[in-house]
Amino acid sequence: MLNYIWSGLVIISITCSIIFGNTSNLSKALIDSGASSIELIFTMAGIMCLWSGIMKIAVESGFTSAIAKLFAPLLRPLFPSLDKNSAAFKSITMNISANLLGLGNAATPFGLKAMEQLHTLNNKSDTASNEMVIFVVMNTASLQLLPTTLATLRQTYGSSAPFEIIVPVWISSACALAVALILACTLNLKK
Amino acid sequence: MEFVMPAFACTVVIFGLVRRVPVFDVFLKGAKEGIQLLYSIAPTIMGLVFAIDLLRASGAVDSLCKLIEPAAEYLGFPKEIVPMALLRPISGGGSTALLTALYQDCGPDSFAGRVASVLAGSSETTFYAIAMYYGCIKVKKIRHTLFAALMADFTAVVVSIITVRIFFGN
Repeated sequence: MLNYIWSGLVIISITCSIIFGNTSNLSKALIDSGASSIELIFTMAGIMCLWSGIMKIAVESGFTSAIAKLFAPLLRPLFPSLDKNSAAFKSITMNISANLLGLGNAATPFGLKAMEQLHTLNNKSDTASNEMVIFVVMNTASLQLLPTTLATLRQTYGSSAPFEIIVPVWISSACALAVALILACTLNLKK
Repeated sequence: MEFVMPAFACTVVIFGLVRRVPVFDVFLKGAKEGIQLLYSIAPTIMGLVFAIDLLRASGAVDSLCKLIEPAAEYLGFPKEIVPMALLRPISGGGSTALLTALYQDCGPDSFAGRVASVLAGSSETTFYAIAMYYGCIKVKKIRHTLFAALMADFTAVVVSIITVRIFFGN
């Protein structure tokens, strides 16, 4: 899909610049964008390395599993038909808690494992089960509690209080997640 | 809220020490993974920043904004965030590139800058997550997954605007 979006963006830009007579701006942007993308990558590099390091400690010390245990009772009602000691439910709790901690990298393997186990429980059907819908919908909502990269970008571009947006982010995430879950659960009932 | 990050980092390090994890060695291992991740996404970011810089310079974003301005104003919607709101469910790198472009044009502490920040923090690349998770087990009938996920993204847009108005009053 990105192939079409990306080429679409480039073609639209060039066409528009000819229509609006902005071609000199365009060639300037073409040269500058290399430098500005490297700048963006370096800005993200620092926080990503630092935070990956800290979060690696969280994973290896068992901090993530402790969080997973804490959240298991909250996730229980969403997956009523799963055994709470099943491999699928364990993978789900690990995935969700890794997402909460902003460990996208660590969360994905758990998520893929959870999907495989749910697939087996669903007799390898090509139709999504209720649990799959709920689990994937949770992964399309942002659960991250500390938006570290976002705060870094804000700071780089001159924000006086890069973290001031954190409470609105939590509220907005919670509302989005609630809507997703309510819709998924109600439509699951209708099956 | 500025203390959240350092407090969390400190808790994790102390937890690691108590559990007798070689914290610095583990930190280095993680930091290396961070660099590797960045290395793998850097070309994507470069390509998308390139496309979006071109789009801004061409005047296409401005004319799109002008086009939707009356509707956006009527709804109390900052018109600058429309391109990002549209790209957000599709491409993480693309919406990051648009976010930084918006920070440059409006500033991160402007109304549009704050709304874009909250939106970026409270939504995900929906299509990517759905494609990845269902793709790995080759499930094709995803039922109402996409509908529920997109409604959540829409909620995030609306609530971002409302919360920024309530918290920062502009």
